Amino acid sequence: MKAKGGLLLTAIVLLAFPVGALADEPSPTVLANTCFSCHGTDGKSPGAMPSLDEKSASYIAQTLREFRSDEIENTVMSRIAKGFSDAEIDALAEQLGRK
Amino acid sequence: MRKIDRRTFTKMAGAAGVASAFALSAGARVALGKSPRVVVIGGGFGGATAAKYLRRFDAGIDVTLIEPESAFVTCPFSNTVIGGLNSMARITHSYDGLRAHGVNVVHDRATGIDAGKRSVSLANGGDVGYDRLIVSPGISFRWDAIEGYGAATSQTIPHAWQAGPQTVMLRQQLEAMPDGGVFIISPPVNPFRCPPGPGERISLVANYFKKHKPRAKILVLDPKEKFSKQGLFKEGWASLYGGMIEYRNASNDGTVTRVDAANMTLHTDFGENKGDVINFIPPQKAGEIAQTAGLANDSGWCPVNQQTFESSIHPNIHVIGDASIASPMPKSGFSASNQAKAVAAAVANLVKGEAPGTPKFVNTCYSLVAPDYGISVAMVYDFADGKIVKVKGSGGLSPSGASAEFHKSEARFARGWYDAISQDIWG
Ligand SMILES: Cc1cc2nc3c(=O)[nH]c(=O)nc-3n(C[C@H](O)[C@H](O)[C@H](O)COP(=O)(O)OP(=O)(O)OC[C@H]3O[C@@H](n4cnc5c(N)ncnc54)[C@H](O)[C@@H]3O)c2cc1C
Repeated sequence: MKAKGGLLLTAIVLLAFPVGALADEPSPTVLANTCFSCHGTDGKSPGAMPSLDEKSASYIAQTLREFRSDEIENTVMSRIAKGFSDAEIDALAEQLGRK
Repeated sequence: MRKIDRRTFTKMAGAAGVASAFALSAGARVALGKSPRVVVIGGGFGGATAAKYLRRFDAGIDVTLIEPESAFVTCPFSNTVIGGLNSMARITHSYDGLRAHGVNVVHDRATGIDAGKRSVSLANGGDVGYDRLIVSPGISFRWDAIEGYGAATSQTIPHAWQAGPQTVMLRQQLEAMPDGGVFIISPPVNPFRCPPGPGERISLVANYFKKHKPRAKILVLDPKEKFSKQGLFKEGWASLYGGMIEYRNASNDGTVTRVDAANMTLHTDFGENKGDVINFIPPQKAGEIAQTAGLANDSGWCPVNQQTFESSIHPNIHVIGDASIASPMPKSGFSASNQAKAVAAAVANLVKGEAPGTPKFVNTCYSLVAPDYGISVAMVYDFADGKIVKVKGSGGLSPSGASAEFHKSEARFARGWYDAISQDIWG
């Protein structure tokens, strides 16, 4: 019974929405987790990278915008920030910033 | 336009319908009150990240990691060991950190996957059942591709493209090489693990020779026309290593057709090249278990749904890292770990019967041209119209002609990246 119902519902969903159309905005958690690969888990850097966890959300958002517009130059961050929209920057800054 | 926000989508689909569609597959177990079980094969960049982040997302998930080795030796920074800058201890990480996150680490090798029964068989006997399986076995080699280079040959002519004893062997051979000797390195065809890896290795061996064997030469025999970060590497080589490095691409007889291990000679169409030390990096494919389990296609790599990395061949199995076809993302440790986080988030949702969510990815690869001379490449990726796409205007290489100070800061960031990602994965 389960299998039958599952198939039917799956079929309806697939018919109505091709996979691409299911796309939603990435969650703030998914966005922020990416930063940890360089800045350490939860933004606590164990080495030469700046820590993020003691910075305020507004500072992080503003700095990302300055990287994006090349007002701050000279690191890989200006190349990475250009891949994020205003909404994404605000969402991940909120997630990362000092609580 | 292409994106539909959650509210619109829910309204359009009917909230109940969507929830049930996901719930009926993997959520059944949760409904019965049991912890969902996720098994991860491989404790490297992809697998260890997935295991840790699954527990962070939901400590109610029962996570088992299957990994044969008792500690993980990273390929990233293994070129610094080969170049004599670091010890093996610096690139070796224990699994205690994962245990502390509540991951059940089993030191064994997966020998088979039964996708129908949802179970993994182990070399030491026994099976482990799963609701969802994440497979991140890295690469294996196409031993049959180049005449004269097989698994046995790699015991005297190392590839050093999986870190561990191979790394140590290459380092010892370079140390034993007389000044004035010739070191030959031959990178593989595309696609392969870490496109800028050969360039970094050439650089750090040159840095070692410059100090300790100034009359030594490096010959690069590349079956490709060009290589990753080529302009930046060549700029660095010209300024740091003078004429020590000779690079031959495919058009200049760089393609190795046969390896003669007894005579330490690499044959190309028109020449014979004798080396005192040879580093031959064979062509690659997805790790053995991916082949055995039928997760790879004719290309040797594993096709996946690029939103969830669920196999296009077997349901409930997610393949991540080097083994997966995640192009345009390169096969890097950064990519593998980044994919793992997005997939852990998706799997944590799917086992609860929720929609997987939308990923967004980043890759950043630093390379050292010398201990104080770093370069980098980066890219941001969206998931759009069913596939991973580069975000226009983002990413790219370090500028050419940059100052010594710039390169020094990128070298410092390279170390900072290594410290952070190893802590983020195994800490
Ligand atoms: C010289 C060199 C330098 C590099 N430098 C960088 C760098 O600076 N930055 C970067 O981002 N990337 C770098 N890389 C690339 C990086 O190492 C890989 O892309 C990354 O390791 C891929 O992660 P993975 O999880 O797919 O595989 P791996 O990290 O290789 O992990 C695979 C794991 O699976 C285990 N396994 C395999 N088969 C089984 C089985 N049957 N059962 C159980 N376990 C199994 C293995 O033991 C291993 O632990 C470099 C690579 C090389 C060779």
